[in-house]
Amino acid sequence: MVEERFKVQGSLLGSPRRVRLSADESPEATRFKGRKEKTINLPLTKKDALSLKVGDMVLINGLLVTGRDKLHKFLVNEKPQKRDIPFNLDGTVLYHCGPIVIPPHPPLEKGGRGDFRVIAAGPTTSVRVEMYEHEVISKYGLRGIMGKGGMGQSALDAMKENACVYLHTIGGAAVYLADRIKNVVDVWKLEEFGTTEAMWLLEVENFPAIVTMDAHGKSMHKKIEKKSLANFKRLIK
Amino acid sequence: MLKLRDGIIELYRKVATSLPPDVEDALKSAFAVEKDSSTAKHALQVILENVHLARDTARPICQDTGVPVFYVKNPRGLSYLELEKTIIEATRVATERIPLRPNAVDIITDKNSGDNTGIGFPIIYFKETTETTLTIDLILKGSGCENMGQTYKLPVGELKANRDIDGVRRCALDAVYKAQGRGCPPYTIGIGVGAAKDQVAKLAKEQLLRKLHDTNEIQILKDLEKRLVEEINSLGIGPLGFGGMKTALGVKIGVNHRHPASYFVDISISCWANRRGRLIW
Repeated sequence: MVEERFKVQGSLLGSPRRVRLSADESPEATRFKGRKEKTINLPLTKKDALSLKVGDMVLINGLLVTGRDKLHKFLVNEKPQKRDIPFNLDGTVLYHCGPIVIPPHPPLEKGGRGDFRVIAAGPTTSVRVEMYEHEVISKYGLRGIMGKGGMGQSALDAMKENACVYLHTIGGAAVYLADRIKNVVDVWKLEEFGTTEAMWLLEVENFPAIVTMDAHGKSMHKKIEKKSLANFKRLIK
Repeated sequence: MLKLRDGIIELYRKVATSLPPDVEDALKSAFAVEKDSSTAKHALQVILENVHLARDTARPICQDTGVPVFYVKNPRGLSYLELEKTIIEATRVATERIPLRPNAVDIITDKNSGDNTGIGFPIIYFKETTETTLTIDLILKGSGCENMGQTYKLPVGELKANRDIDGVRRCALDAVYKAQGRGCPPYTIGIGVGAAKDQVAKLAKEQLLRKLHDTNEIQILKDLEKRLVEEINSLGIGPLGFGGMKTALGVKIGVNHRHPASYFVDISISCWANRRGRLIW
């Protein structure tokens, strides 16, 4: 297939190996030494959400949903009721993520079902949905928003008003995170929004994240922005 | 051009699933300097494990396989049209086979083409060379960091950025300060300076092809590249914006001549996963 005539520098030619987690790559083995993680099980209660503080490292277990640009726009513009959404969002986490998904064989229209495989599923930049998130958090009973980069004041306010937290997971760590998705349970709006933008219902196990905005109005992002502003001003004075 | 097509598919696979060694080394160095049990160190640990896992299982490092940008240096006589056709065909096959995430969305209908091809997608730049080999460089640039890029028209009063090299420095610091952790630091930063918006944007992104240890041939720019790495790291944004020592892995500057009335500076920010690779044919 690949001729001698050309070469890809530092090449990785060859067919991809099947995905298998060896024992030393298990979540337990890769857990961070030096700081203790809290294990949280979804759905979260109000009390659970209130107990989480900025700086807490968590391992998430249970069912969560994905949603990004199109879904947020849809929720805010079309205003579907909770009962119009096929999944129970109460107490769960909305993950800002547009995964790479391998569809089932045979395809859905030929009777395939429940055989989707998520192979890469890192977070997307959360602040893009800032203008929608206040309403989404307030209306759908979510206890967690997960993504990367943090969110602004309006989302922080909604989190405080509704006992919800922001979970910052590891940007770009798509394979590592996909391996903590145990099961693709279901999907909503796949036809309409496509795989990237659909709402996926995923079962995760020991999915790592850091609480960077809590339900008490605290934000790590605000703190770091303030600190870096002082440094920036010093550098351009 | 079937064999070339297969070569480009392999290039896609390599760039999407494995990080260039200089970038991986820089991330390891970053891990070494971050404070024990800090959130930044934890993030880098997961990042490094992810890089390893992606390479071992030939899966994309990041689910955002980005906008593919090709820089083609073609020997005289090789048809641009044929090359373009081959790259587009390779893009379709690579998207399905690797797979890549389909990212090409129609502006009018909002429909995703499903195969990473569309109007002006992927981006392809051609340049004729007197050499006998065809060289194809590919960058897969995720949009989280692409969105953090900025273009400046100097002078900029609030930054005290005059039309000089120090003005360029101020723009770079401003862009990174504004990006905070949203584009997945530690960043590699490409800077383009010159006469026109389109020109500096292309030039800035092209700088991301340079290896991290590659230093500028122009002394004043070499010094600025070094200074900017230190200054950006002193901002305290840190890996993924968690605070810490490493916000930038490298800064690379390219310059063109400018018009007497213009001084454009473009800052192109790459996430830690600066995915680039080269095919020589």
